Amino acid sequence: MSKYTEDDLREELKTKEYEYGFYTDIESETFPNGLNEDIVRAISKKKEEPEWMTNWRLEAFKVWKEMTEPEWANVHYQKPDFQAISYYSAPNSKPKYDSIDEVDPELLATFEKLGISLDEQKKLAGVAMDVVVDSVSVATTFKKTLAEKGIIFMSISEAIQEHPELVKKHIGTVVPTKDNFYAALNSAVFSDGSFCYIPKGVRCPMELSTYFRINQAGTGQFERTLVVADEGSYVSYLEGCTAPSRDENQLHAAVVELIALDDAEIKYSTVQNWYPGNAEGKGGVYNFVTKRGLCEKNAKISWTQVETGSAVTWKYPSCVLKGDNSIGEFYSIAVTNNYQQADTGTKMIHLGKNTKSTIISKGISAGKSQNSYRGLVQISSRAENARNFSQCDSLLMGNECGAHTFPYIEAKNKSAQIEHEATTSKIGEDQIFYCNQRGIDTEKAIALIVNGFSKEVLNKLPMEFAVEAQKLLEISLEGSVG
Amino acid sequence: MELKEKLVSSFMAFENTVDVDSSVHDIRIDAMKAFEAQGFPHKKLEAWKYTSLKSILKNDFSVFPKENEALEYKDIKKYFIHDIDAYKIIFVDGKYSSHLSATTHDGIDVCLMSSALTKPKYKVIIDNYFNKIATKDGLSSLNTAFSAEGAYIHIPKNKVVEKPIQIIHFSTGNEAALMLQPRNLIVVDENSHVQIIERHQSLTENPVLTNSVTEIFANKRAIVDYYKIQNDKQSASLIDNTFINQKQESLAKVHTFSFGGKLTRNNLNFYQNGERIDSTMKGITIIGDKQHVDHNTLVHHIEPNCESHQDYKGIFDANSTGVFNGKVVVEKEAQKTNAFQANNNILVSDKATINTKPQLEIFADDVRCTHGCTIGQLDESAMFYLRSRGIPEKEARGLLMFAFSNNVLDSVKIPEIKSRITKLIAQKLGVNIGFDL
Repeated sequence: MSKYTEDDLREELKTKEYEYGFYTDIESETFPNGLNEDIVRAISKKKEEPEWMTNWRLEAFKVWKEMTEPEWANVHYQKPDFQAISYYSAPNSKPKYDSIDEVDPELLATFEKLGISLDEQKKLAGVAMDVVVDSVSVATTFKKTLAEKGIIFMSISEAIQEHPELVKKHIGTVVPTKDNFYAALNSAVFSDGSFCYIPKGVRCPMELSTYFRINQAGTGQFERTLVVADEGSYVSYLEGCTAPSRDENQLHAAVVELIALDDAEIKYSTVQNWYPGNAEGKGGVYNFVTKRGLCEKNAKISWTQVETGSAVTWKYPSCVLKGDNSIGEFYSIAVTNNYQQADTGTKMIHLGKNTKSTIISKGISAGKSQNSYRGLVQISSRAENARNFSQCDSLLMGNECGAHTFPYIEAKNKSAQIEHEATTSKIGEDQIFYCNQRGIDTEKAIALIVNGFSKEVLNKLPMEFAVEAQKLLEISLEGSVG
Repeated sequence: MELKEKLVSSFMAFENTVDVDSSVHDIRIDAMKAFEAQGFPHKKLEAWKYTSLKSILKNDFSVFPKENEALEYKDIKKYFIHDIDAYKIIFVDGKYSSHLSATTHDGIDVCLMSSALTKPKYKVIIDNYFNKIATKDGLSSLNTAFSAEGAYIHIPKNKVVEKPIQIIHFSTGNEAALMLQPRNLIVVDENSHVQIIERHQSLTENPVLTNSVTEIFANKRAIVDYYKIQNDKQSASLIDNTFINQKQESLAKVHTFSFGGKLTRNNLNFYQNGERIDSTMKGITIIGDKQHVDHNTLVHHIEPNCESHQDYKGIFDANSTGVFNGKVVVEKEAQKTNAFQANNNILVSDKATINTKPQLEIFADDVRCTHGCTIGQLDESAMFYLRSRGIPEKEARGLLMFAFSNNVLDSVKIPEIKSRITKLIAQKLGVNIGFDL
C-alpha cells in the first residue's frame, strides 16, 4: 500500500458521503405547515389526549410565543422558519402491529440498511426496541418480558392514555415548559417519544433502546422522553439516531427528562448520526436538544453520547444533583466534519452534600467544522464536600476547523474540590512515527490514535451499542477508526 | 442624574477645556458616540456575567476634580516602592503632582499624557499609537472620550531603562465621590527594556471609581515588565483596561497583585502581531470582606511560533467573590502556538464565591494549548505535618497559602517588589511568616 498520510485521510473525509442517506416512501399523514393554537389542539386531539395534557401543551405554547430564539451558542445557521414546518406526521399503516410480519416491508428494508433489522434485533440478546419512525411508535418488542418485572416501557402517547398519573406527576418537573425556547416548543407540539418507568428495587434485565428517525420531508421531529427510575432501581437506556439525506434543513428539538429517585441509577447512552449535510455544508439536521436528569439521594445518572451527525448540534445533557451523595457523569465524543457545527457539553448542578460529578469530553474536528465544549459546574453554598473532575480534550485535523472550550465553574462552598483540564492538539507526527517504526502503517496508526483518544468514552457505552458506535464513528472518520 | 447622562453632558464642557484642534479631538468625539450607544456594561453581556457595576454607578461621582490638596511625601511614602531609585509619575485626584514626581526627557520620555497630546514634538507617536489597540467597548470608549491625563512613556531603540518607572494615582477624598479616568500610553521601541509599576491608592473613605486605559506597544525584541499593585481601600473601585500589542520576538509580562478594593476588574488583552512572541500574565488575588476581583484576560495568537503563559492564583475569604475569565484565541495562521493557562483557587469561607471560565478558541491544528483550573482546600496531610512539628494552625495555614501563591512570585524580577508583595501576603493572611525574603 502506498503511504497513507493525514492529508489522504483529510481528502477521504471530505469525499466520504453519508452512507445512510436514503429515503423511505411511506404514505404519511401530515399536518399543514405552520404553528398556532389550533395545530397544538389538533395534535393533542389526534393523540386522543386527556384535557390536562391539552392544557399543558397550550400553556407551553403561550410561553413559547413570548420567547425568542437563543443566540449565545457558538454556532451559525439559518434560523428555521417555525411557520414553514409541519408539526405532525405519522406513518399511515396503522394500527399497531402485533408481529413483525405485519410491518410495512419497505420500512423493514430501511432498518435492514441501517443494520438494525427487527428480526435480528428480536433474536439478538436482550435489546428491546421501541422503534419510532416519524413520531409514531410502530413496533415494540420484548414488552412481555418487561411487563413481568413491572417495568413500563412504551411510547409516551400510550403512557398518557394508560398511566396518566405517572406521566402527570413527572412530566415537566425536570425540564419545565418555560426552561428554554426549544423546550417550550417541544412541550407544545411533541408528537411522540418514549416513556419508561422502573418500579422500586427492580434492576432492568436488558438495555432499553429507541431509534429515532426523521423520515418525512420538511417534518420537524419533537420527541419527548421521560425515564423514571423508582427507589433502588437500575436502568440502562439507549438512544440511537440516523436520518435520510435531505437538502432542506430539518429541525429536531427533543426533550429528555430523567428522574432517578433515592438509590436509583440511570445510564443513558446516545449515538447520534443524523444527516450532517453534504460536503458543501448544504442540508443537514438542526439538533437542538434539552436533556436533563434529576438525582435524589444516593442516585446516579450517567450520560454517554457519541455525536457524529447533524449540521448544527446544540445539546447539553445535564444533571441536577439534588440529593445527598448523588453522582452525575457525562462522557461524550463529538465528531464534526465538513461544515458541521457542534456546541455541546453538560451542566452539573451540585445542590446536595457529598455530590460527585465527572465530565469527560472528547472533541474531534475535521474539514471546516467547528466543535465547542460548553459546560457548567455549579456548587451551591449548601453542597458540602462536592467533588468535580472535568477533562475536555480536542483533536484537530487540518487547519480549517476549530475547537473551542467554554467551561463555566461557579463555586460557593469552601469544601468543594473542582478540577478542570483541557488540551488541544493534533495527531503528533512523532506518534505516527513511533507506530511506523514498529511496523504499523500510517492508516492503522491514525486509527489507533483516534481510537485511543476516544477510548475513555467508548468504554462507557453498553456492549450492544459499542459496536454500532464504532460503526458510526467510522462514517465520520472513515479510515481512521479501526 | 444618572452617571451616564452626567458624563455625556459634561463631555462638551470638557472638550472646551482641551485643545479642540488636535487630531485627538475626532477620536474623542467618536469615542463619546460609542459610549453613548453602549453605556456601561451590564450583566447581560457575556464578559460581565459575574461582575455588576450597578451598586458602584449609583454614587454621584464628580467628573472634574477640584484642585488637589498638597500631599507631603512622608505621608504617602509607604505606598511607594521607596527603597529603590525610580522614575515617578504621580497624580493626585487625577492631576499631575510635580513635586512628588521625578520625570525625565534624558534619552527616554517619561512624562505626561497631557503634554504628549498637545505638544507637536510628540505628534508622530500619538498619531501612530494613540487609541490604536484599545477596544471600542463602552468603558474604554468612555476613557478615550475623556482622555487628557496619564503617563506617557516612550523608550526609543536600544535603550535599557536603568530604573523602574512608578505610576501612582492618589485620591485624597476632597470630593464626596470621584471618578478618575487616567489614560496611559507606553511605547517601547526595538531592543529596549522597561519596568513599570502601577498603583492606585485612595487615602480616605470617600468612594472612588477609576476607569483606567493603558496601551502598551512592545516593538521588535522589546521587553516590557509590568507590575500592578492593587491594595486599595474598601471604598475604591478600579476598572483597569490594559491593551498590549506585541511585535516579533518581544516579551511582555504583566503581574497583577490584587489584595483590596471594593471592586477590581482587570481587562488584560494581549495581541501577538509577530512571530516568536512571549506573553506572560500572572496574578495573585487574596481578598476577603465584600471584595470582588475579576480578571478578564485575552491572548490573541495571530502569528506562528508564539507562546503565552497564564497563571492566576486566588485565595478568597469572607464574603468575597473572585472571577477569572481567561480567553485564548489561536488564529488559523498561528501554527506551533504554545498556550498555557492555569487558574487555581482556594475558598476559605463558605460565603465566598468563585466563578471561573477558562476559555479556548482554536482554529489552528498544530498547536499545544492546555488549561487547568482547580478549586480546592489546603492539603489536610500537609497541615497535619506542620502541626505535628509544633507550628500553630494559623501559621501553618499561612505557610501553606504562601507556598500556594509563591510560584507566581518566582518570575518577579525586582527584588524590592518581591519582598513588598511577600509582606503584603503575610499581612493579608494575618501571619508573621518570620522568614525574610
